[in-house]
Amino acid sequence: MNVTLLLQLAVSGFLLGGVYSLIALGLSLIFGVMKVINFAHGEMMVWGMYVAYTLLLWTGVDPFLSFLVSAACLFLLGYALQRTVVNRIIDFPEAMQVLPLVGMGMVFENSARLVWGPDYISPRSRFSLSSLSLGDLMIDVPKLLAFSLAIIITIAVLLFLKKTDTGKAIRAAADNRTGALLVGTDVNRIYAVCFGIGAACVGAAGGLLVPIMPLSPHIGAPFTLLSFIIVILGGMGSLSGAMVGGLIIGVAESIGPELITSLFHGAGLDLDFPHTMKQVVSFFILIVIMLLRPQGIFGGRRG
Amino acid sequence: MKKTTLISILGFLILLVLPRFLSSYTLGVFILIFYYAYLGQSWNILTGYTGVISLGHSLYVGIGAYTATYLVMTLGLSPWIGMWVGGIVAGGIGLVVGYLGFRFGLKGVYFVLLTIAFAEIGRLVILHLKVFGSFQGLFIAPTFTFVNLQFKENIPYYYIALGYVIFSLVVVRLIERSKIGRYLVALREDEDAAESLGVDVFKYKMIAIFISAFMTSLGGAFYANYIYYLHPGTMMSMASSIEIILRPIIGGMGTVLGPVIGSFLITPLAELSRSYFSKAGYEGLHLVIYGFLLVAVVLFFPRGVIAYIKKRV
Repeated sequence: MNVTLLLQLAVSGFLLGGVYSLIALGLSLIFGVMKVINFAHGEMMVWGMYVAYTLLLWTGVDPFLSFLVSAACLFLLGYALQRTVVNRIIDFPEAMQVLPLVGMGMVFENSARLVWGPDYISPRSRFSLSSLSLGDLMIDVPKLLAFSLAIIITIAVLLFLKKTDTGKAIRAAADNRTGALLVGTDVNRIYAVCFGIGAACVGAAGGLLVPIMPLSPHIGAPFTLLSFIIVILGGMGSLSGAMVGGLIIGVAESIGPELITSLFHGAGLDLDFPHTMKQVVSFFILIVIMLLRPQGIFGGRRG
Repeated sequence: MKKTTLISILGFLILLVLPRFLSSYTLGVFILIFYYAYLGQSWNILTGYTGVISLGHSLYVGIGAYTATYLVMTLGLSPWIGMWVGGIVAGGIGLVVGYLGFRFGLKGVYFVLLTIAFAEIGRLVILHLKVFGSFQGLFIAPTFTFVNLQFKENIPYYYIALGYVIFSLVVVRLIERSKIGRYLVALREDEDAAESLGVDVFKYKMIAIFISAFMTSLGGAFYANYIYYLHPGTMMSMASSIEIILRPIIGGMGTVLGPVIGSFLITPLAELSRSYFSKAGYEGLHLVIYGFLLVAVVLFFPRGVIAYIKKRV
């Protein structure tokens, strides 16, 4: 086994994991407050990517700046989605909540395809292909930037929830809906704002991913699943859990295929575990965690 | 009840003589109507009757298609026999999913995720198997004989697909009338109450998922020999799972005729809009419409179209 390669992969996975954390934070926030799983999460991220991409194309503004516009657009989209669809399904049985949001995911995915076409695009931005070297390790500058910004946004969102009045109202509505109603909170507005913030997180993450990975309308669904896995791993509704879970999954997906391949070879099998199967690693983690510790690493009780 | 029986028999007779009057293209649409009605019915056995939502049924379609095709490729075994082998393989995997899900008490969204996880793992594994052509997919060179389940014309496929639908209707009717069916409905309505009355909830859920996976996989064997091309990306994606569940939801879950009615409504619409919109350069627009339809049905008609028909008849 090549240790330098493994370390290289781990670093790169860790950096990507920071962005994963931000995506999962959005999902976890929405779930924590409304007990609704946003099955259109990845597709909304793709819209965030396309907003940043279009701005890059028209105005030349770098995605590392225009992710703020993505976040704002997705906030509005999330707010509207909550008001029109999600608010009506909050009291549905859990399983029936899945279907309308799966439907909205199809709408987002295929409307993106209508607008931007089905092909993969890898836009060239200012920092693409530049890297730093740290001893034997090469660190991708766009990944490092995306990671740092994602972590800053995550901390900002957590501070917002802790310190501001709206943030406190959101946490109150999450803890006790009836109680929040009784003290005069406009719970419906709070829910919509919260869904908007969750969507803005994933929109910002989408913008940050533009310089890192090729975009196409169809890459959303795997990210929806990825963010579930992270949220379940960290613990449903636990925001710090989402952060740690994202980093763990980022590293696991990055070094998993390499490790498994060398395990296969060590056992004398002539089998490779290609990198294109990296999702199998996280699905495996998902199954194991659901069976053995369904409340997740940080979850106190069952979600 | 007498009236619906009469209508069903009449409808069946019409479908029996219909191919004489239809073009090959229209026959193709009918084959898809039957195919999706059948798959929807198979899914309905699990979700409609037990309330356990699976969003990974495309896994069983894939298993059926690939097992039957693999047995033809290696042993020269007729798909008519191979499909039952595929059914048992799919049923076995269904039991694994069920065991993990029901034994560990995964409810609601957690179970949905488990089914998705298994389907995605299956898709990715098959996508990387060289026997099945990896990323290129697998082309099947047809030899047109009955034994191979491959025909030059659409008429035999029409009757076989119709046979599938009738088979599924009979199975569901039998289940509904038997003790199993009553237990399933009981546990769907209130699992704890059913359990406290002595219903072995675990056992009956396992039976339901086995039958459901088994039957879905038989559909996959048909599909492989109708399309002659297998690719996990199209056949085993989550989008295909949604295709399967859309029709029974719109028609009415947990009813015998719901999936059939849903398929008669949605499949022609889907086919027409697909070909119309892609000709006009709006590829994907029909899926946008699907998505909105799914939202609208669950929000405004959660019990499906059949609830409204029943009121009228």
